[in-house]
Parts: sequence; structure tokens; C-alpha cells
Amino acid sequence: MRSMSLILVLVAAVLAGCAGKGAKEQDDLGYGTYEGQPAPGAQAGGVSEAGAGQGAAFDDSAAAGPRASVRNRTVYFDFDRDEIKAEFREIVAAHGRYLAANPGTRVRLEGHADERGSREYNIGLGERRAQAVRQALLLQGAGASQLATVSYGEERPAVTSSDEESWALNRRVEIVYAP
Amino acid sequence: MHKRMRPLWALIGALVACGAQAELRIEISRGAERPMPVAIVPFGWDGPGAPPLDVAAVVARDLAGTGRFEPLPERDLVQRPTGGADIDFQDWKTLGVEAVVVGRLRPAAPGEFTIQFQLFDVLRGEQLLGYRLPSAQAALRLSSHRVADMIYEKLTGVPGIFATRIAYVTAARGARGEQYRLVIADADGANEQVMVESREPIMSPAWSPDGRKLAYVSFENKHAEVYVQTLRSGARQKVSARPGVNGAPAWSPDGRRLALTLSRGEGNLDVYTLDLASQALTRLTEPRSIDTEAAWSRDGGTVYFTSDRAGGPQVYRVPAGGGSAQRVTFEGGYNARPRVAPDGKRLAVVTNDRGNYRIALVDLERGFSQVLTEGRQDESPSFAPNGETLIYATREGGRGVLATVSADGRVRQRIPAMEGDVREPAWSPFRTN
Repeated sequence: MRSMSLILVLVAAVLAGCAGKGAKEQDDLGYGTYEGQPAPGAQAGGVSEAGAGQGAAFDDSAAAGPRASVRNRTVYFDFDRDEIKAEFREIVAAHGRYLAANPGTRVRLEGHADERGSREYNIGLGERRAQAVRQALLLQGAGASQLATVSYGEERPAVTSSDEESWALNRRVEIVYAP
Repeated sequence: MHKRMRPLWALIGALVACGAQAELRIEISRGAERPMPVAIVPFGWDGPGAPPLDVAAVVARDLAGTGRFEPLPERDLVQRPTGGADIDFQDWKTLGVEAVVVGRLRPAAPGEFTIQFQLFDVLRGEQLLGYRLPSAQAALRLSSHRVADMIYEKLTGVPGIFATRIAYVTAARGARGEQYRLVIADADGANEQVMVESREPIMSPAWSPDGRKLAYVSFENKHAEVYVQTLRSGARQKVSARPGVNGAPAWSPDGRRLALTLSRGEGNLDVYTLDLASQALTRLTEPRSIDTEAAWSRDGGTVYFTSDRAGGPQVYRVPAGGGSAQRVTFEGGYNARPRVAPDGKRLAVVTNDRGNYRIALVDLERGFSQVLTEGRQDESPSFAPNGETLIYATREGGRGVLATVSADGRVRQRIPAMEGDVREPAWSPFRTN
């Protein structure tokens, strides 16, 4: 019993001691995408399919790269598909050009699926989507060593409700810049 | 790159015992035909003060939860015998009771007890079972489940599963974001213990065949890795952290190999087997498709898996040593995540049933399938080791909860969730100790 208490105390100490450091580390790395996202409602307004036609005019330096908004770093997909839709090709290409021009910069491509169906299969769908974005970035001259991929499947939803709009917002790849 | 991202805070690998928290309540949504009326008489207590546990209540609840028995409510018990000699069978016959359980709980050494019980056939007035088992105080609930197991087996001919356990994953949103836990509980939901806690997702718990270890997927290092953890000591081992996806672990029946899903950085998920002693990897699937969610046949000779090589996901099988794959499921456009029944003749799968994701059983000999559940997003079926019941994840009120369904589809129970979103239940093998 005493050894169990000791373990609990140690665990608590590790947790307490590391939590602050972890949070800081996360800020430093710029990987805190979940904290950094706008509230689901705000995001839902900004990226509906109708409003996503930002293919025309924007400035690479502002729209792509580490300072890009969440909206300009997220690619959405159709159900059970991994093709990059026309309205997202330009923003992905802009990130590819940024990476080609900044070979010291690295990104992590985080693929996601909606909650329907089995979980490990959804890891497969998220992985395919991340690979689709990776290929598109490579085509623009980004180097393979600049790109890491991970699939979270349905484990990290952007929005937690169970309806078509939420599912559409969860089928995505987030382009996350490392420092 | 991964080295720089390692968050120390992500995980507590220690086995943290939370003790008995709120128990899961079991509700029968749809009963079987004519459950057998039984009387589980409160056990006599031969020690001072109150008994440490109401053994009869645990036994009655276990039996009632199957939908196959209807224990007489305590207030309707016409007599309270604690031994066979005191039973008036005529009284029980009048009440329509078909079987009576009586017993006593006795203190033995300090902290040690003896549970003694007898099961009688009321119609014949005959003893069907009589047993005495020693139990430490901390194991009294488990011992009571064993009593229920013995009674269940005597009356149905099928081994009981009340002394088994379940593993599952919970996700709860806390002050500092999402908190994922890998939890183990008794089959009735009591006695929850947190095995792993992490700020990053945990997935796909799988019991070793001896019930002593769990394999699972953890994202604690910001990508999917497969771990094996020993329950008793909490010691764990990283068994696969290859580039890309490491997922869907499944133990071979002899416990020597794990089937795994790996992408090896190529973006193409394939099923492999990993020999745990030699670390040798064998690739079982080839095409450019999602191949994942392996499950071993009972004899270890075949691996079932999900593949979308023909378009939508369907279940296939392949020899465990490698070879060509054959399609197994044909009904409907979505059949995924196979689990093999203990009799080896059926597969539980997630199927798309008219737009809803539900649990179905596929008869491997005759090919047809039967949908067992009625939810909209039912997933992750897992067989109880006696094959009579499956546990699965469903959604209720926007939250993941667990439920069970009998393999004939007639008895369904909701297990109300404890904290957070509960998913990915895995039923343990029979206890060997």
C-alpha cells in the first residue's frame, strides 16, 4: 500500500513538474494547433464549401508559411476521398512554393477523418489524405526531408458534433509549421 | 524530427489504481424470451457486524444482466435459508422459482474469508452444485463473480464470463485539453483501473491470449506507436515505432506474434506479423490499398483484415504465413474491423446498414450476415470469451458509451458511461489465475 502511495505521489509530481514545461515546449514548437484553432462555430462559418473558393488572388508570403491562418493551413476532403479538391489546390501550391523557397522550414501534415466507420480504417483515410498533400507539396519543389506526415484518423476531431457539417470540417489535413 | 517533439508530460506509464469508482449500471433494453426465475437468497454471515460484501447481490446482478435469468426481488423471498437443509422446496415451487442458491460467508484468517454456496433444482429438490472457495477481502467481488460463473455454467452449459474484464479507452476534455485514458474494469464495470493516461490519443487495446498484457496504440510521441504493457507490474515495452502508421495490434493465439498495421512511411497501410522474440516482420498484404484491422483465426493459421482494394472496405483473409488473400464479406458496401468468434465460425464486423454503422455477425460457413444492433454509429465489437455476448461502442446524447448485445441479437444492454467519451472496448480472455 505504501509503495502504491509512493507511485501515486511520484506520478503526481511528474505530472505537475512536466505540465508547465510541456505547455511551454508546445508554444515554442508552434505545434499547439488545437489550442490555436478558432472556436468551432467561428471555423464552421469560415470554411463551408461555398466560402472556400480562395483560389484567385493572394500573397504567398502572407497566406502560406508559418504565419498562415488556420484556415489557410487546412485542406478539406470529401467523404471517403483523398483527392485535393480544386478550391484547395492553390493554397497547397502556395505552401509548396514557400517550402521550396525556404528549405530550412519543416511542416507536419496531420491527416484526419470524420468519426463514421471503424477507427483504424479511418487512420488509413487520414494517412492517405496527408500523403496526397505531401505529394502536392513535393510537386511544387518542397523537399522530402521538410515534410513529415501523421494520421490521427478520427481521434482528433476539430468539431465534435455528429452532423454533415461537422464531419466535413473533420475530414481534413492540417499543415503545421515547425519553427 | 520526432525526437524534438517528445513531450514528457504526455503520459503516465505507471499502473494507477483508482479503486472502485462509480459502477456501470446495466440496463436490459430488450429481454430474451422467458428468463428462468431463480432465487438468490442473501448469504448468511458468520462474522461480527455487517458482512464485507453482499455476495448474493453480486451473483443476482450478474445473472440478471444476461437476460437469461430473473432473480426474485429480495422483498419477495419467502424464506432466507443459508444451507440446503433449511430449504422448503414447496414454497419456492409455488412462486414459480426453478433454481435456488443459498450460501454463507465466513471469516477465516484475518482478511481472509470462505464463501460456501449450494445451487438447487427446485422441481427435483436436488443439489446441482455445492462449492466452498477461499477469498482474500480484496478479491471478494471477484470470488462472487466466480460463484456466478459456476452457477451460470451449471444451468446453461456455457461457461460464465462474470469474472472476466474489459479494457476500453476514454477521452475527456479537461482544463488543459483532451485527456485520454486506457482503463481496465471488471466485466460489470466495477473496479476501474487506469493503465495509461495521456494528452495524446490512445487506441486499439488488445488483450494477450493469457490475459496478462495489453497491446495498444499511443500517440504520446506525436505519432502512432504500438506498446505492450503488463497489467500487474505496469511495465511496458515499445514494440513498433516505425516511420508512419503503427496500428491495430492483434495477438496470435499462441501469444508469440502480433499482427500490426504499418505504413512504413509510404502512405500505404499493410498488415504485417511481428515475431515478438525475433522481431522478424512478415508482410501479409501487397496492393495499393488500405489493409488494416487484423484478427487471427482461432488456430492461428489465418489472418482476417479490412481492405478497400475493391473500392469500399470489406473483410478478407490471408494465410498467416503469407499468400493470396480471399474476400470474405460481400453484403453491403461497408464491412470492416473483423473479430473472430470463440467458436471460429463467425466474424463480428462493423457494417453499413442503410446509412447506419452497426455491428453484424458474418457466418463464415454459410456466408450470410445478421445485423445485431440498432444504433447509428456502433463500432468496435469484441466477443466475450464464451462467445455468447459482444461488447461494442455506441453513441448516446453526443457521447461515446459502451453496450453489450447477445450473439443472437435478443438481449441488449447499455452500460452508462462514466467520465467522458468511452470507446474501443475489448473483452479479456477467461482468467487463468
